[in-house]
Amino acid sequence: MKKGRASVFSQLGYYIKEGVGGIFVHGFMSFAAITVIAACLLVTATFMLLAHNIDVQIEELQDSNEIVVYIDSGFTREQAQALQSDIMALDNVENAIFVTKEELFENFLAGLGEDTHVLEELRNDNPVRDSFRVIMKDISLHSETLKALMGVAGIADSNSDVELSEKLVSLRSVINTISITLIIMLGAVSLFIISNTVKLALHARADEIGIMKMVGATNGFIRGPFVVEGIVLGVVAAVFVFAAQWAVYNYLGAQLLEGFGAIFELVPFETFRYKLAAMLFGAGVVLGVGGSVITIRRFMRV
Amino acid sequence: MIKFLDVCKTYANGTKALKGVTFTVNDGEFVFIVGPSGSGKSTIVKLLCGEVRPTSGRVTLGDYDDVGNLPDRYIPYLRREIGVVFQDFRLIADKTVYENVAFVMRAIGARGKAIQKRVPYILELVGISHKADRYPDELSGGEQQRVAIARALVNNPEIILADEPTGNLDPDLSLELMTLLSEINNRGTTVLVVTHEDELVNTFKKRVIAIEEGIVVSDRKGGYYGKGDGRV
Repeated sequence: MKKGRASVFSQLGYYIKEGVGGIFVHGFMSFAAITVIAACLLVTATFMLLAHNIDVQIEELQDSNEIVVYIDSGFTREQAQALQSDIMALDNVENAIFVTKEELFENFLAGLGEDTHVLEELRNDNPVRDSFRVIMKDISLHSETLKALMGVAGIADSNSDVELSEKLVSLRSVINTISITLIIMLGAVSLFIISNTVKLALHARADEIGIMKMVGATNGFIRGPFVVEGIVLGVVAAVFVFAAQWAVYNYLGAQLLEGFGAIFELVPFETFRYKLAAMLFGAGVVLGVGGSVITIRRFMRV
Repeated sequence: MIKFLDVCKTYANGTKALKGVTFTVNDGEFVFIVGPSGSGKSTIVKLLCGEVRPTSGRVTLGDYDDVGNLPDRYIPYLRREIGVVFQDFRLIADKTVYENVAFVMRAIGARGKAIQKRVPYILELVGISHKADRYPDELSGGEQQRVAIARALVNNPEIILADEPTGNLDPDLSLELMTLLSEINNRGTTVLVVTHEDELVNTFKKRVIAIEEGIVVSDRKGGYYGKGDGRV
């Protein structure tokens, strides 16, 4: 009753030949589709990289077990040093090391390297304050400890990694919102474009499809080439985006190093390239299959 | 075997195409189904192909004993039992004769080797092998219809269903084509020809089922068919 049933996989060669052929038949439309999908993936990937860098930054900040607190400039040195016992009395404080403003200034100059002459003249009008380096016992209590430190009379300020990390966390959520919105919009546009490309291919071959149905080709067999076409469009876009992202990211990383020194360093591309490649490839395939399947469904009734 | 048992078909727009049609066609028979346009002939073709489903009654085709209730996913396999030939040929313009025939073998998943072996044989059988590399628009109507018959035959169906196959051909070619279908029938394939060409039907002295306004008005061997004639 069911003679000659062909498995989907035994026909893979046919699907690929026909599907890839379809891309060239509608060259301009395929080009447009790849461009739009690439734009979508590029935005997605860029935001992902940005978010990843911020995550790494947040992690590093939160991993530090040290808080520097600055003493009110109205305090004399004796008064300032006297605060040590108050600080040591706080929970979670392992140690508190007093650093004079002169030492701090020297450290700062040393950190700058060659261009120190600009700041030399500030030496006699030292802008920094006496400080304590506070070492914590448990870094997960960072923000609680900071709050307690700031409660000590005479402590005016801190290097406040927590505030920065909180700022980064909120920046990250803004980026998340923007990127999700963009991904949904561009994803919809990509689906629309792929669906139109496949629709063109379907219309061009309406006669063939009619005859195939008449002689008993299964819907899966008829669909095959169009799904392959969609997947190839998506994957080609993903490959382009991966290459572009790699080149641009490394270039930007190098520029940042040159411009800002070691203050802000991008996470090396190599550490997440597989994750990025998998994400782009997956998204390309999903968009390709999605775009073609929704079109074929409407086109093919028995 | 094809069996229609009290088959009725009413379309969604209210048209009553068939009003209780019953007939049986045994394996290896050659049958004309005749009747004026709008009589319900094409509905019979569509029912056999699973393109439409009966409103009531039962359609049987070979091992498919209730075509009307066949799940969608089996419809393609049902269609492999039937080779259809249309009035307008329906060849693909940008494929050669060979490709037009090979294409439908590939469509049901045949292997390259089997295709290379079978297509030339079938083209030879219908007498068109010398034009295998031509495109449809380089062929005469009769030649195009031979290609269509080759295409219907190539997947080795139990039944050839020809829907007005001579509608676009002149009388000489029509006769030739019907002779070809008759030869195919002699090789054991059941042939069903839907037509309204009286002369042709009379020439061939086969079984004739006449349909008018959705009912069978005559079913007899020998071939005579005249307008309004033969009401039982």
